Amino acid sequence: MKANALIRTVYGNYWSLAILALILLVLFPLSMDIFRLNLVGKYLTYGFVAIGLVMLWGYAGVLSLGQGVFFGLGGYAMAMFLKLEASDPVSTAIQSTPGIPDFMDWNQLSALPWWWEPFHSLPFALFAVVAMPSLLALIISFAMFKRRVGGVYFAIITQAVALILSVLIIGQQGFTGGVNGITDLKTLLGWDIRSDGARYILYFANAALLLGAILLCRLIQQSKLGTLLLAMRDKEDRVRFSGYDVAMFKVFTFCLAAALSAIGGAMFALQVGFMSPSFVGIVPSIEMVILAAIGGRMSLVGAIYGTLLVNFGKTYFSESFPDLWLFLMAALFIGVVMAFPNGLAGLYESHVKPWLAARRGKATKAAVRVAPAAPTPRSATPASPAATAGELGLAGKVSSQTA
Amino acid sequence: MSNTDFVLAVEGLTVSFDGFKAIDDLTLYVDRGELRVVIGPNGAGKTTLLDLICGKTRASSGSIKFKNEEMSELPEHLIVRAGIGRKFQTPSIYENLSVFKNLEVSFPRGRGVIGALGFKCDQVVRDKIDEVAQMIGLSDRLDVESGLLSHGQKQWLEIGMLLMQDPELLMLDEPIAGMSARERELTAELLLRICQNRSMIVIEHDMEFVSRIAHKVTVMHQGKILAEGSMAQVQADPKVIDVYLGH
Repeated sequence: MKANALIRTVYGNYWSLAILALILLVLFPLSMDIFRLNLVGKYLTYGFVAIGLVMLWGYAGVLSLGQGVFFGLGGYAMAMFLKLEASDPVSTAIQSTPGIPDFMDWNQLSALPWWWEPFHSLPFALFAVVAMPSLLALIISFAMFKRRVGGVYFAIITQAVALILSVLIIGQQGFTGGVNGITDLKTLLGWDIRSDGARYILYFANAALLLGAILLCRLIQQSKLGTLLLAMRDKEDRVRFSGYDVAMFKVFTFCLAAALSAIGGAMFALQVGFMSPSFVGIVPSIEMVILAAIGGRMSLVGAIYGTLLVNFGKTYFSESFPDLWLFLMAALFIGVVMAFPNGLAGLYESHVKPWLAARRGKATKAAVRVAPAAPTPRSATPASPAATAGELGLAGKVSSQTA
Repeated sequence: MSNTDFVLAVEGLTVSFDGFKAIDDLTLYVDRGELRVVIGPNGAGKTTLLDLICGKTRASSGSIKFKNEEMSELPEHLIVRAGIGRKFQTPSIYENLSVFKNLEVSFPRGRGVIGALGFKCDQVVRDKIDEVAQMIGLSDRLDVESGLLSHGQKQWLEIGMLLMQDPELLMLDEPIAGMSARERELTAELLLRICQNRSMIVIEHDMEFVSRIAHKVTVMHQGKILAEGSMAQVQADPKVIDVYLGH
């Protein structure tokens, strides 16, 4: 029955995705003003990281505590392009060197560094958004997984990379904007990204991209590669001695998670109008893992709800209890992980689904009693309690491998 | 080393762990279509020998030739692709997946990242799964989650997963450990059936079972080969009686 539960999560019908699409594309835009909607758009950019972690942590069993690196690199690639566009010679005429980003001028740079040059081109910047983080992920993961480094050691190394990159960005103020990051991003090919109209369009573009990314991940989960990831998490040696190069599958998943995070970062820079090292280091990287944990690391859709819940919570608590909000966030996290080790998606599987099934079962019986000739709707009852057990069993296995 | 007609030629194989030679200058040849059983007391190096052949452990010296190709330097997955399958001592199956999925994942197509993404479970795969499931007696359990199978069925499933790959050399480490008498019986029949077009190396302790399946028996002791020959020859060998079979 455990398999059934699993198969249902993997091959689960697409209605959960449809409901999410309805919420993101219809409900939120109708019920929120543009300020709040823009905020939700910002949260959803973390959703890219969260679904990447579902693939990497939930499916492949590889915990990365450095996803901020890739979010940051994607965001910086986008921000560099936008910054160069905002730094045309006319609007920077008061600088000692007009035509270069303001922070370079403040740091006594008199020319644009050569590696900034290609970011004048939007196609290159878009390419770099995905390629740069993927390449870094490829190098890190190839070096690690080929040497069979995994588990805690891999997590620590990713954390070290996050620390290194944030220190590097802060230290190289003249080239990167330092601790302030790259700010004052104004236009995309002349289109003002700060206007309400642009924010609406960017919100929808972001939501559509996110839904597309979920769909892509789901297709991957359904392919043999998805099955192999689950198999590897269970019995890595059996997969290896069935003729598979286990390391390459982990490398692929790590690069996939990195590319997704990077797209989130780029959408962040576009919607929020700046990028800074505070999204690169260890703390934001761990926060991103929390998003996936709260949503449920086996559920793509759950990860998005987790992301939204945590960030709504963050905003609400910090507005209402400015002194206490960090403690409240911590309490939320600890509470959720203690009570529902499989996150929101696990909660749904263990409590909501059996309840729904029971209700449907009752309704079916009632219908049968009233009109015996009526065709019985296909019942979704089988295995709900067992499914719970299955999910929990799985959780035990996952945590024992990743903890 | 010269080329031979043997499917597997192990020559001068040595592996030492911190000075302890688990396998000591061992030479072993396995014929095509042969079912070889390796016996010996605990710690004789039987499992280590299989580990060395399949690449799980690396040899300190010596050569392992499979169809005249050197295997000792290849990474594990390429040794498997060359045609060597290995079953582990404890059933090693994907407990969260169904029996069908366990077999499907073992089918030797789409073994790269791109290949796995594009893999389709077509009629060829399904026929192969049916054929193997029939052979291992799990035809009616294809949809069952494999973690729920009995111990014996798990062992058969792992053998089935190897059969999906049609290995030319199949190595089984104590396949009947923990099985009931009836299951042992069925396993013996299964092994005799599947060895018809491949070579096999089986590690086993149960002498009755060994005498049922073995073409030839190799007795190992302290990392070396103590005796080799037919079951009757080996059983009559005083050295073997001394160290293993008992008086």
